[in-house]
Amino acid sequence: MTQLTLKINGQSHSIDADPDMPLLWAIRESVGLTGTKYGCGVAQCGACTVFVAGQPVRSCSMPVSAVGADEITTIEGLKSKEALAVQKAWVKLDVPQCGYCQSGQIMSATSLLELNAKPTDRDIDLAMNGNICRCATYVRIRAAIHDAAKSLEG
Amino acid sequence: MMGSASLKNAALAIAAGAFAAGILMVAQGLLTSDADAAIQPALKLQPVASFDKIKNKSQRAVALFQEAGKVINSPRCMNCHPATERPTQTDRMRPHQPLVVRGEGGMGAPGMMCTTCHREANFDSAGVPGNPKWHLAPAEMAWQGKSLGQICEQIKDRKRNGDLTLAALVKHMAEDELVGWAWSPGTGRTPAPGTQKEFGALIKAWADAGATCPKG
Ligand code: FES
Ligand code: FES
Repeated sequence: MTQLTLKINGQSHSIDADPDMPLLWAIRESVGLTGTKYGCGVAQCGACTVFVAGQPVRSCSMPVSAVGADEITTIEGLKSKEALAVQKAWVKLDVPQCGYCQSGQIMSATSLLELNAKPTDRDIDLAMNGNICRCATYVRIRAAIHDAAKSLEG
Repeated sequence: MMGSASLKNAALAIAAGAFAAGILMVAQGLLTSDADAAIQPALKLQPVASFDKIKNKSQRAVALFQEAGKVINSPRCMNCHPATERPTQTDRMRPHQPLVVRGEGGMGAPGMMCTTCHREANFDSAGVPGNPKWHLAPAEMAWQGKSLGQICEQIKDRKRNGDLTLAALVKHMAEDELVGWAWSPGTGRTPAPGTQKEFGALIKAWADAGATCPKG
């Protein structure tokens, strides 16, 4: 076990963890932020997506010790204007069904809009296809991303 | 002759088989390690000295490149030199799951970059390989579907090799960190044959012998 300090959503958390523990488990179990979900544990579903230094990362696929001093943002700490637009569009279009995949979907959608203000259908598909939704809310996700992009114009 | 009932049964059996195969494909798609394919024991490379007996220089160069080609043709190298914009993965070189594309600088699409999953080092507990320089080879360096001779011509061509001189190419093969990943690819992946040092020595000897390419 090693003593590590994680900066999550602007707060420092000291944890005792095996350096090889996936970041996901540090966030969920050690820190207690359970908005980030476990779906597959092998980088295939996107449910565990968080930002590390502002970039989307599958937290199941990164050892906690590799984070270093980088700032982590989870679904609980999203607050960019893109994130707020995504949140609004998600509510407006009633995107979630069971909801399990949705924090990962929102993280990826936010990241896409931060990088590309006007994504095409193909841009959306390429950015989002690593986020699996077993309820198949894909059509609403795509519509909501377009809606959020529109709301951010002008 | 099949009666209509047995025809219908046969059709149903085919449909059921297809459905099961579909599920299997999905399940296989979720396996990220090569555990689903037979992992080959690492192959050896012949040392450069064993080619000294070939007195004709260009024949020696061809033989050296063919030996180095065992590495070039390994899935560890081929997977990230795809013919399309989508890389392949595992020893069986199936399409990368999930779908990812080369994107700008070989780093993936905005929102789904290589670094979303591939970090500084292999992370075996999630079955995800990693390296600080992880990225796809550019389209002009596509190797999949090409003969060793074509790949040889391609890697010598400064218009298609990132403007590398032969000396710089030798250095790249012998020392580049991402090339070197092929020999320590993490659990469940067959490493490239030999060692990077042996591979680099073969490429250097090929260059020194005149860099003749295999025909075809
Ligand atoms: S839990 Fe990390 S990608 Fe599925
Ligand atoms: S809303 Fe149920 S898994 Fe996506």
